[in-house]
Amino acid sequence: MVSRHSDVIISVEGLRTQFGSHVVHDHLDLEVYRGEVIGVVGASGSGKSVLLRTIVGLIEQAAGTIRVFGNDTGQMSDEERRSTEQRWGVQFQDGALFSSLSVLQNIETPMREQFSLSETLMKELAEIKISMVGLGSDAAPKLPYELSGGMRKRAGLARALALDPEVVFLDEPTAGLDPIGAAAYDELIKRLQQTLGLTVFMVTHDLDSLHAICDRIAVLADKRVIVIGTMEDMLASTHPWVREYFHGPRGRMVTHEA
Amino acid sequence: MDARVSDPASFVMEPTDQGFRLVAQGDWVIANLDLVDDDLRGLNGLAGREVIMDFSGVTRLDIAGAFVLHRTLRDVENARASSGYDNVSQDFQILLDEVAANDHPCDQEPMPRNSLLMVLDRIGETVEHSYQQARSIMNLCGQVVVNLGQTVKNPRRLRVTSLFHHMEQAGLDAVPIISLLTFLIGAVVAYLGASILRTFGAEVFTVELVGFAVLRELGVLLTAIIVAGRSGSAFTAQIGSMKVNEEIDAMRTLGLDPVEILVVPRILAFVIMVPILTFIGDVMGLFGGILIAWVQLDISPGMFLIRMNEFIPINHFWAGMIKAPFFAFVIALIGSHEGLKVEGSAESVGRHTTLSVVQAIFLVIVLDALFAMFYIEVDY
Ligand SMILES: Nc1ncnc2c1ncn2[C@@H]1O[C@H](COP(=O)(O)OP(=O)(O)O)[C@@H](O)[C@H]1O
Ligand SMILES: [Mg+2]
Repeated sequence: MVSRHSDVIISVEGLRTQFGSHVVHDHLDLEVYRGEVIGVVGASGSGKSVLLRTIVGLIEQAAGTIRVFGNDTGQMSDEERRSTEQRWGVQFQDGALFSSLSVLQNIETPMREQFSLSETLMKELAEIKISMVGLGSDAAPKLPYELSGGMRKRAGLARALALDPEVVFLDEPTAGLDPIGAAAYDELIKRLQQTLGLTVFMVTHDLDSLHAICDRIAVLADKRVIVIGTMEDMLASTHPWVREYFHGPRGRMVTHEA
Repeated sequence: MDARVSDPASFVMEPTDQGFRLVAQGDWVIANLDLVDDDLRGLNGLAGREVIMDFSGVTRLDIAGAFVLHRTLRDVENARASSGYDNVSQDFQILLDEVAANDHPCDQEPMPRNSLLMVLDRIGETVEHSYQQARSIMNLCGQVVVNLGQTVKNPRRLRVTSLFHHMEQAGLDAVPIISLLTFLIGAVVAYLGASILRTFGAEVFTVELVGFAVLRELGVLLTAIIVAGRSGSAFTAQIGSMKVNEEIDAMRTLGLDPVEILVVPRILAFVIMVPILTFIGDVMGLFGGILIAWVQLDISPGMFLIRMNEFIPINHFWAGMIKAPFFAFVIALIGSHEGLKVEGSAESVGRHTTLSVVQAIFLVIVLDALFAMFYIEVDY
């Protein structure tokens, strides 16, 4: 984060997304810098997941431009899209693991599709990823339904990391985890971000995560990003929803003890 | 750095006093590894020597790249203690440490054994599995019968809405397809009879052929098979998706009995509707036969019916009809049973749905054969 503004890795300008006549985002602007952990917060249904899905190209925007690694996602050729997809990883809300494949095979899948590595090497690399996200080696042969919710999230993260991406998108990674598990997960993400130099785009509701690992926070309300900045900026904001969120009974606990 | 146009990864081996110096060059990232991985694995000649890995030429490194280098060093048996890395930048060192800390190979799957043993193993497993399957079906059957008994004693327990819903879905909605198919089969049998019997000048026996075949066997069998494919499979899919969504577990915790709520209404709906569908199938099958007899053989519909009335006693109709509720029960039971056996994933729903259709049709045909033997014994 030395020369911040020159190193914008994702930029969203004037984004509008809508489903039929239901407008989810309008005139939404957002920039993500290389190497930072950005947390996206907002009320349920404010369009956090939709924003994430739009950036990675799962939902088409109605207007606006999205640039990832400097390329306009709307104007990429198939070849460019493929090479861009190798550079990001997405972890979905409930893991979205392929249900008929084991954890190990789930992690091997992106490698198999994108590169021509030998079976042995893919297995070895998948094992490293399994260990890196804190799963025991006994999890490797298991099918997704045999895992607990927290393990599924970790396996989903391991698959997102399979190609050593530069950016990972995480959708509520700590939702549904116990506080200890959530804290461990936060630490995991922080550690990975530091060791791998990852940029992390994280949708979350978890004030502890926001506090512990996010360099910046973007607040989504009224169909756009209303405030973006550090935790201090959030606490200083006068927007009613932001005040309610960070100064409410749950917000106070986290921010005061810090 | 942004554009991932990369130098391929490569290395050269430089002999030193104690052993070798492995000088790595280029971008050691996952996309480039297929080129060097095999070469690295081939470095068996290094055993017992000192190996120094020189990173001075490495422009990029990721977890995958760090891993293959780490593994090479790890796998050089008896490498000297002085082996190690050289010219490693701080960023690279972090990655190498990360990889070393997470190098926990998972257990290998057991090696495939002797093939004869494997065949026996498979046979044993299949037998055991069939036995368990039969037990578990009988188990559900028992629960259903108990539930039905309780419903008779206390009719308020019957889920009337659900019953009518399934009677409509599995029964009423199936009328068009069953009518069409039995009509066609009736016509085909008549046509076959007409063309073969005519060579003996016995074409008038087409009436008996169509009558016997449709009333005793074809009407009820076709109906059962269509219903198994159409609605038995739907039962499995419906109950199976509920299982995946943990809805069945939710019911249990709420003190609701899934058999009573889900299975009994479906079975009852089937037992009521399949005989009705069979009747419709019989009528349409005969209708197809009558039409062909009329067109091909000049046997007028009136003649056809008179001859049928004379030569085909009504018990042949009943011989077919009696089977309908049994087939219905079996199909609905299998459909529900497979649905309840679904585990975990959507894939499992698909597998059990297929199984349900196959098993239901298999059992229907076996049951039909048993009925045929029984009818012969009692001369019905
Ligand atoms: N595929 C879809 N079709 C129609 N509406 C959708 C779809 N996905 C999301 N929405 C709507 O978009 C809004 C934002 O949803 P989402 O991004 O999932 O919220 P959250 O911020 O809780 O993640 C909601 O009002 C939701 O109903
Ligand atoms: Mg969401």
